[in-house]
Amino acid sequence: MSWYDKLNDGLSKSRERLAGQLNSLVGRGVDLDDTFWESLEDTLIMADLGLEPSEEIVSRLKREVAAKAFTSVEQVKEHLVSAIADEFETVGDPFKLNPVTVLAVGVNGTGKTTSVGKLAKQAVDEGKTVVLGSADTFRAAATEQLDIWAQRADVPIIKRDRGADAASVAYETVEHAEELGANLTLIDTAGRLHTSLDLMRELEKVQRVTRDRSKTPTFTVLVMDATTGQNGLIQAREFNKALALDAVILTKLDGTAKGGIALAISKELDIPIVRIGVGEDIDDLRPFEPHEFARALIGS
Amino acid sequence: MFDNLGSRLQTVFSGLTSKGRLSEEDIDNAMREIRRALLEADVNLQVVKTFTARVREKALGADVLSSLTPGQMVIKIVMDELTQLLGGTLSRLTLSNRMPNVIMLVGLQGSGKTTAAAKLAYLMRKKGKRPIMIAADVYRPAAIDQLEALGRELQIPVYRGESDDPVTIARDGVRYAVDNMLDLVIIDTAGRLHIDDKMMDEVARIKQATQPDQILMVIDAMTGQDAVTVADAFAQRLDFDGLIMSKLDGDARGGAALSIREITGKPIKFASMGEKPDALEEFYPDRMAKRILGMGDVVSLIEKASEIGEDSEYSDDDAERLMQGKFTFDDFLKSIKQMRKMGGLGAVAKLLPGGEAMKQVSGQMDEAQIDRVEAIIFSMTERERINPKILNGSRRARIAKGAGVEVVDVNRLIKQFDQASKMMKQMQKQMDPGGGKGSSKRGKRGKGKQRPPQKKPRFGLPGTNFPGFN
Ligand SMILES: Nc1nc2c(ncn2[C@@H]2O[C@H](COP(=O)(O)OP(=O)(O)OP(=O)(O)O)[C@@H](O)[C@H]2O)c(=O)[nH]1
Ligand SMILES: Nc1nc2c(ncn2[C@@H]2O[C@H](COP(=O)(O)OP(=O)(O)OP(=O)(O)O)[C@@H](O)[C@H]2O)c(=O)[nH]1
Ligand SMILES: [Mg+2]
Ligand SMILES: [Mg+2]
Repeated sequence: MSWYDKLNDGLSKSRERLAGQLNSLVGRGVDLDDTFWESLEDTLIMADLGLEPSEEIVSRLKREVAAKAFTSVEQVKEHLVSAIADEFETVGDPFKLNPVTVLAVGVNGTGKTTSVGKLAKQAVDEGKTVVLGSADTFRAAATEQLDIWAQRADVPIIKRDRGADAASVAYETVEHAEELGANLTLIDTAGRLHTSLDLMRELEKVQRVTRDRSKTPTFTVLVMDATTGQNGLIQAREFNKALALDAVILTKLDGTAKGGIALAISKELDIPIVRIGVGEDIDDLRPFEPHEFARALIGS
Repeated sequence: MFDNLGSRLQTVFSGLTSKGRLSEEDIDNAMREIRRALLEADVNLQVVKTFTARVREKALGADVLSSLTPGQMVIKIVMDELTQLLGGTLSRLTLSNRMPNVIMLVGLQGSGKTTAAAKLAYLMRKKGKRPIMIAADVYRPAAIDQLEALGRELQIPVYRGESDDPVTIARDGVRYAVDNMLDLVIIDTAGRLHIDDKMMDEVARIKQATQPDQILMVIDAMTGQDAVTVADAFAQRLDFDGLIMSKLDGDARGGAALSIREITGKPIKFASMGEKPDALEEFYPDRMAKRILGMGDVVSLIEKASEIGEDSEYSDDDAERLMQGKFTFDDFLKSIKQMRKMGGLGAVAKLLPGGEAMKQVSGQMDEAQIDRVEAIIFSMTERERINPKILNGSRRARIAKGAGVEVVDVNRLIKQFDQASKMMKQMQKQMDPGGGKGSSKRGKRGKGKQRPPQKKPRFGLPGTNFPGFN
């Protein structure tokens, strides 16, 4: 089963209704009634897009449908997909740069460590030299976990004992990467809630030390769980305030959650979604395709 | 976000005009805001629909408690319903007499199962149990190391077994517990997707093999609309007993709690409030209801006001007089008393009609100062209290001496009183746009459509819209 099929698995009632509506309209011209707009809005809300963005998209689409005289439902559908896809910021993939240093940050359990492992493997497959740093010196066995990913991707890892200073691990990682002439330096950080000021300050320090030490550009990527609801935007805002985020990786899209909050994040913060996580295996990382994502959102 | 909701509700509710009963229109206006609040809190849309329909039904024609405005009454009905739905009272962990008791933790990836295992073990040991944790996650890299590290830290044994089959590990672990006289087994399982048949089948087999007393699903408080799909699938497959909601130490409103409860009927048993082992707490439905609605402050006040009810410090005459912007230091005193009944300054000085203005003035006064204010007013004569204009220099000096404060303190209070007095007048204007008695000075509005004066003016909670409160 492809990830796209997986994305489409488990259609919600509302999406079925929407699809049904879209289909039943075929052949009788474009004549969209209130029920259609309502089920469209419901679909978007249930995809975690958020109430206001959903209302906005629907009212915009309404206007455009009225103005543009679509002749088929297919056209309306495609227009909707584009309307959503076009909202995403698309430029600024840090992984296209070489050499580059990337920090993975985010709240607890989103998939930072796993994503770092997957990214390392991808870079190795592209023939790059990669160094990992385990700056999660807090959580039990966090370093052991990243260590296993390092072995799987066959890349070196810098690690210290639990409780060590996270910023100094980052520093040593950059140092080691420099010695090796690494193309990609990936630093995993401990999960933390954006509401914990102490931990956010600690993360700022990790970033500052990394930036100051690194001769290559340093990027900070927020790892966001696709099952996250409206709090995701608040998280992104707070991490952005503290760290000036560069990009987002959206994980766990192999479930039934649609990850709609990513749209609000990308749009408001002007940062791209650069990868999506679609499973727990090392190869389960994909580029982000706005149109496919939008299609999965509305279940068409 | 919270403030927005608060002020939005204020706008809607200050427009509500009905007395005695809630009108259909009042309720619909309020429901729109409630729907918005619930969606912002990630309550599932379908659940929002059934919930608001039910609340609407209840609210229709409900009597408005005399201590509340109609808008506040709607919120009260919503809150009661929310609390009820979330389980009403505490749902405690019930274990059988069997030896050992078995608790199994299940859930999506990264929801917090492994840390919850350690937290539960820690909690239960404090209650006299001898727990052991079983590491039945053979998939996630270093999952077993993680549980072992936590076990070492807390000095709680961990069973890891020889096998690489989670069912075998779990079964052997329970046997190990029996052999070693350990009376509580906590099984940590791998994170899994509800649509992963193979993995769901595996966890069903662990259940079969270990017959847990309790299966607890761990769900992340930040979960969005999908929470129902996930929980429903786990419930279908495992018929779990309850939930642990994790990461509640953040600011996620946790609407998933409501959705899951509505869809699966399963109670939430614990709230996880942090990463450390002692961060597991009992789950209080009423607190959660407030959190989901995202206006804890308003709601607490409404609760208190409805408790106090007619037990207000103010008579109708007082209220009438205050509507006209005439008030005295006696009102100041009464409002302090009222405020204390309602939980103190901090609790009151938020999110009420005119809240922003009030906050500004209240910022100038803390709880310790309140005591001083009381002492100062007590040192005034009856005449001085009713007619503060006569407070000249020598009177102020006498009052200061009587109250054991400096003259500057007295001066400051009088200044605050004047400020509050102005604020009051402005607020009356804002809050009575229909033109009751109090706003007659502003000339005629809506010709001939003036409302009859209300018997008891409703401009917020009793006692909160007085100078002393500020
Ligand atoms: N299904 C699925 N699971 C994932 C994905 N990415 C990560 N996971 C799983 O999510 C869980 C948490 O992943 P981690 O990489 O440990 O998350 P983290 O952000 O490093 O967690 P902390 O460091 O504890 O904050 C693990 O069980 C991963 O296997 C994904 O794309 N899909
Ligand atoms: N802030 C906070 N973090 C928590 C809480 N509960 C768990 N965490 C963190 O969330 C992350 C994931 O927790 P785990 O216990 O590893 O989650 P899990 O469900 O066992 O994950 P998998 O085994 O990969 O499915 C870790 O960083 C935990 O420290 C909580 O209540 N608050
Ligand atoms: Mg990690
Ligand atoms: Mg685990």
